[in-house]
Amino acid sequence: MLLNQFLILSAVLFSIGVYGVLTRRNGVMVLMSIELILNSVNINLVAFAAFREAIPGEVFALFVIAVAAAEVGVGLAMVLLLYRNRRNIDLAEIDSMKG
Amino acid sequence: MIQILAASLSPLPSIPLGITQEGNWFLQNAWLIPLIPALSFIGILFFGKRLPRGGAELGVAALLIVFLLSICTGFAWMDHRDNFHGEEISQVLTTGEHGEHGEHGEHGEHGEHGEHGEPSLAVVNTTTWFITGGVEFSVGTLVDGPAVMMLFVVTLVSLLVHIYSTDYVAGDRRYTHFFAFLSLFSASMLLLVISENTLQLLVSWELVGLCSFALIGHWWEEKENSNAALKAFLTNRVGDMGLLIGVTILFFASGKMIPDSFGSFSIATTNALASSGLLPHTTLLIAACCLMAAVMSKSGQFFLHTWLPDAMAGPTPVSALIHAATMVVAGVFMIARLYGVFFEGFSIGGSSINLMALVGGFTTLVGACLAFVQRDIKKVLAYSTISQLGYMVMALGVGAWTAAMFHLFTHAFFKACLFLGSGSVAHSVHSFDMKSDMGGLRKVMPHTFRTFIIGSIALAGLPPFAGFWSKDEILVGTGGWGIMGGTGGNGSYTFMLVMGMITAALTAAYMTRCVYLTFFGEFRGHGDPHESGPRITVPLWILAVLAIFAGFLNLPKGFQLVPESLQERFGHYVEPVAGYFPKISHATPSWSLAIISTIVVVTGIAVAWNYYFVKVEKASKESGQSLTELPDGLTTRLVIARMGHTLLVNKYYLDHLYTGIITRAVKEPIAELAYRSNQEILDRTVDTFGRTAVKVGQFNYNKIDQTVVDGFVNASGRISSDSGEELRKIQSGKVQSYAAILFAAATILAGLLIVIV
Repeated sequence: MLLNQFLILSAVLFSIGVYGVLTRRNGVMVLMSIELILNSVNINLVAFAAFREAIPGEVFALFVIAVAAAEVGVGLAMVLLLYRNRRNIDLAEIDSMKG
Repeated sequence: MIQILAASLSPLPSIPLGITQEGNWFLQNAWLIPLIPALSFIGILFFGKRLPRGGAELGVAALLIVFLLSICTGFAWMDHRDNFHGEEISQVLTTGEHGEHGEHGEHGEHGEHGEHGEPSLAVVNTTTWFITGGVEFSVGTLVDGPAVMMLFVVTLVSLLVHIYSTDYVAGDRRYTHFFAFLSLFSASMLLLVISENTLQLLVSWELVGLCSFALIGHWWEEKENSNAALKAFLTNRVGDMGLLIGVTILFFASGKMIPDSFGSFSIATTNALASSGLLPHTTLLIAACCLMAAVMSKSGQFFLHTWLPDAMAGPTPVSALIHAATMVVAGVFMIARLYGVFFEGFSIGGSSINLMALVGGFTTLVGACLAFVQRDIKKVLAYSTISQLGYMVMALGVGAWTAAMFHLFTHAFFKACLFLGSGSVAHSVHSFDMKSDMGGLRKVMPHTFRTFIIGSIALAGLPPFAGFWSKDEILVGTGGWGIMGGTGGNGSYTFMLVMGMITAALTAAYMTRCVYLTFFGEFRGHGDPHESGPRITVPLWILAVLAIFAGFLNLPKGFQLVPESLQERFGHYVEPVAGYFPKISHATPSWSLAIISTIVVVTGIAVAWNYYFVKVEKASKESGQSLTELPDGLTTRLVIARMGHTLLVNKYYLDHLYTGIITRAVKEPIAELAYRSNQEILDRTVDTFGRTAVKVGQFNYNKIDQTVVDGFVNASGRISSDSGEELRKIQSGKVQSYAAILFAAATILAGLLIVIV
């Protein structure tokens, strides 16, 4: 019962994140949506760790947080550079890699 | 027979190692001595350039501290040697098949153990380095007579060389780097002399080799110098292999004796096992031969000596420190350290010839002859070093252990003095060439001249200078002539005695030549030579004083010159009387040998004096120009003399042998064989293959290739090009469409996973 609620929360959060990543055109919003996805994973990990009384899940969540911080750092730097070069952070317009 | 059987079946008794763990603070903490220069090395490397004197002050200070520590350790050892009655450590042995054990029962009897009275227990201190595969590797210190003696010699010479260098290499572009390596060298050499186990010995052995490489190539911008450094390093590698193999053999050999152990690197254990005759003789012989190779390369023994003269490419203080006084005696010290192995392996006791004595004797002659034909003052001294190292090895080979150590001790002082003196001369005339740039320097460089003369006389071995006492002891140690009643050494090495005598005459003669060419006659160089500063002359005088007086430390017994309490002090404190040292016999000094050797030396000097100081001097006055050799000397008149001269100038063609013949002999047959097999076997096979392949190929081309393969290839090309055209559309360059595909794929996969599982 306890576990279910957390899993539902995490699933909802995950879906919102995916929706954000796919539809938002603002780069910063996409990054924030990715954070949502990662945090939904964290909730999952911590929930299972609490449920099974196993420490590794929590440790793993900590790692995810650290990696997420690094990832956001890189992502924001990229967004910043994009803004400097194009005065615009609309992801739909960045398609110079079109095949 | 029954007794032998019983001995081989019952558990063997434990054997005393002659070591203890108790002792004075200085003896316990000898590890500080290599540590301080090592720290100074790091300090100079990182902060040297920022210090006001470029790091030199750090090196000098470190060496001064270590020198004082060594002196304290020396006094602590003297007290320990006379007054220590602590607990001795023994090695428990396992039972095993020791067929030889029976005959070794009598081995201990022909030693004169009682001569020195109380045994001297070495102070050993170890700690675990690492454990792997069930073998514990330890590091530690073994402080005993030879170690303490070497500590004193190394720190003193190194300190003086440091002080000297502050003037000699002043203004050099790598001044700081130079002092850093001097410190590292001192650290490694000090580590070597207090090594507790053979592995530690090996490590520090390689370290001194490395420092030698770095310092010979100090001025590496010139190709010649970096070549010399490489030659020294590579020649030493040859011997290092021997050391590695020898150490490994000894490790496993001793492991067979000790219960629950693969082996032991401990020097004390190995030596004690070897000296008590428990290790098989053949094993010891092989190990000793391997170790001998290491000695031959490191200590410049014939025929691996060729690197040493080339090593003179380094700065002179380095030559004095490394290639005369300390590093090159590492080989000699290693024999002295593992003397049990060598003594039993080469059966030194009671023999009349063995590999070590032969190599040493030969080296001493070869080196002395080569010293005659050198123009470069440092090369004269380099060959002289080879010759004197040969003396030491020969002494160890005939069982005169104390004599060898004593010669090492005195030689360090007078050879360092000579080398530093030659550096002082070269500093002032800006050249090392005696024939074209020196001469007549005695008036302008009085301090250098006097110290050089003292060093030369000590090297030639005239009484009462230091060299006389140590050289004479070696000659006595050979066992005498064998006709007028021997001196009672370890065997009858009359052959070695003859070699030693000839070398004594040669040494005296080539030093007279060297002194004449450098300091007498007219000045042949350019510029205005001047005496060097106090930082050069003071170390020279300290070494010169030691070159005069060091010999009195080991006055022979039975001469009634001095009270008995002052006789053989050096031997008493330095020579171990302990389980880890073989029971060697000591020769009785004899007046006859001392007198004969002195006469031989005087003859050598007289002949050279007659040639240079009388004949050449006269000829140069008559011709009105400064001469270095007689215009119609022996070499121009006698074919044999000329041939000999050519042979010597070409260094016995050894370098030609190594690069021209041996290297080519290895290289060319391999190349030839490779070429032949290439032509005959490979090419023919390839040809046949080729011809067959052409036929098969033509068939292929017509029937298979054109229709089947080409069709397939063309079709696949067309397919990939078409599909690429289609897939291109997916790559929109828009991140979000990629993300959509990713998530869609993930969803499908997740769905599949649920369906399947």
